Amino acid sequence: MGANHHTTPLELREKLALTAEKLALFQQSAAQIDDLKELAVLNTCNRVEFYGVAGSLQTVDRLQAEFCRLSGMPESNFAEIKKVAGGKEAIVHLLSVASGLESQMLGENEIFGQVKDAYEAALKRKSVGPVLNRVFQKAFQGAKHVRTNTAVNAGQVSIANVAVELALSIFGDLRTTRVLLLGAGDIGEKTAKAFQSRGAGSLTVASRTLTRAMELATEFGAVALPFEQVPLRLHEFDVVVCSTAAPHAVVSQTAAEAALRRRPSQPLFFIDLALPRDVEPEVAGLENAFVYNLDDLAKIAEKARVARAAEVSKAKQIVDEKAQSIWQQISSHVGSTHRVVTPNPAQDLSQSTT
Amino acid sequence: MPNFNDRFWLWCAGACYLTGLVLGTVAVLRERKQSRGLMYLIVVAGYLFQTTGLYLRGLEVKGCPIGNQFEIFQFTGWSATTLYLVIGATFRLSLLGYFTSMLSAALSLVSLSMPAWDVSRRVNIFGGNAWIEFHAALALFSYGVFALLALTSILFLLRHFSLKNKRLDGAFAFLPPIVDLDHISFRLHVAGVLLLAASLCVGALWWLRAVETVHSLKIVVTAAVWMAYAVALGLRLRGVLLAKRLAWVCVALFVAALLSLSTVSSRSSELPTSHAFLSSP
Repeated sequence: MGANHHTTPLELREKLALTAEKLALFQQSAAQIDDLKELAVLNTCNRVEFYGVAGSLQTVDRLQAEFCRLSGMPESNFAEIKKVAGGKEAIVHLLSVASGLESQMLGENEIFGQVKDAYEAALKRKSVGPVLNRVFQKAFQGAKHVRTNTAVNAGQVSIANVAVELALSIFGDLRTTRVLLLGAGDIGEKTAKAFQSRGAGSLTVASRTLTRAMELATEFGAVALPFEQVPLRLHEFDVVVCSTAAPHAVVSQTAAEAALRRRPSQPLFFIDLALPRDVEPEVAGLENAFVYNLDDLAKIAEKARVARAAEVSKAKQIVDEKAQSIWQQISSHVGSTHRVVTPNPAQDLSQSTT
Repeated sequence: MPNFNDRFWLWCAGACYLTGLVLGTVAVLRERKQSRGLMYLIVVAGYLFQTTGLYLRGLEVKGCPIGNQFEIFQFTGWSATTLYLVIGATFRLSLLGYFTSMLSAALSLVSLSMPAWDVSRRVNIFGGNAWIEFHAALALFSYGVFALLALTSILFLLRHFSLKNKRLDGAFAFLPPIVDLDHISFRLHVAGVLLLAASLCVGALWWLRAVETVHSLKIVVTAAVWMAYAVALGLRLRGVLLAKRLAWVCVALFVAALLSLSTVSSRSSELPTSHAFLSSP
């Protein structure tokens, strides 16, 4: 049972998301539900989902009531956005989530780690038993199989990640790559952040107002550079991310040529995210200069999105086969769970939280 | 019962390289990332078979097996593969294994399917002179280096094309980073020029002692090949010849070097014995 971005708008998801304290309280309460044998909670910015083994649907209702009490959402409202699945359908859902098929950004990889974290947290609390252990472990294998055997996570679908991926295909290793952020546009900042998160060697910020450049530099732990020095020091950088609001180009062909002359064997990569463009179109014609503007990056991202979408049916088929296989493996066990499950999860939960 | 002679092992090597080529082509056409480990393993198997075949041939001809067109093609392919096994492991370059398989399969299978190239097996062509043998082997090894340099240059040109034309999907997605290709190409360029220079120095020592035994055309062509690569390297170091133009030059030079092979490997009119070489004034 749960709610996710498919049915729940952002304003509601904000209310549903459980803080660490609320999550701990919820798990304590859930441990008191008699017929709830096993439980794992997946709590991310796009979804709150509960995977459990219960004896009846009334148990699900009790879980829902506990959750609504803690999150402060009326049950009637939650009922409108919740999704409940049982048996094989629940396994299909978990596999789809772990494979990135249910993600807002189709095929994204982060969710796989989040599902793993959710399972590991449940393991730590001893709130999972023989059924969920098998389901989650098999789901991880299945999700890996989907990602390996389909192109559902191929390419990059965000502008910032496309830019970083392009830099990788030019420089190979970003650890020695020097990045210059030119301008303070929002998308430029995101791109600079993406470079930093992928281990770029250094980041320098230049903005038309030095104060703003210094602010950004402080935010990024970078160095600020006076805007007027940019043409003279362009050769010191490998990647130039441009996102100024200037009404004309700020990187001229002459400046780019001069920079390339001073670094003849090193390519220079311009990521022009500004509108109107910051880099003169003639720069693209220079040997060893690679220029990508917003349209170019958007096209690459869109292509990747289309390619991923084209793989969905294949991925869903794999998910269905894997879910069927997992369900067959556990169905006999589920039948005997009510008699066999040990230890008492409620008792373990209370032990682990005290 | 198969005859486990040199050609048998060389056919096995050719089959391995061909397997690598086919698997690589299938992966490229299906736009799937090929397993670098598997490709490396296939090339290693081919290399071991080829080494065995060339070793047996070496025993038969009592020297380094570079006495006819067949042996020269095999030895050049072997040299390129040797370098790939070092570079491929160090730089983990995707597609280089595929391209090496392509080159080795071509050199290996073409030479094996041309019986005329292997009709005359010249025995003891170096007259027991280890220096001449070393000179010849080193020269051909440098051709192997230049072969790999040409392959790296082709990869560079493809990557350059893909980045300039924003064609980054499909097989282009598996190309190595352009800076890595440039670094490897530089090292191969330096290694090739140094190896050929060393070979020419060793050869020159012998030539000075017996000028009449070497065709002047051979000397001119060999020196021209070395000079061309050396000049290209000089221009590269000075930042004059770079990137795409340099890559084209490296490919063109290798084609020229390959075409000059028959002249370079032409037999001297009469070879002095080891004793004569060492004792001649």
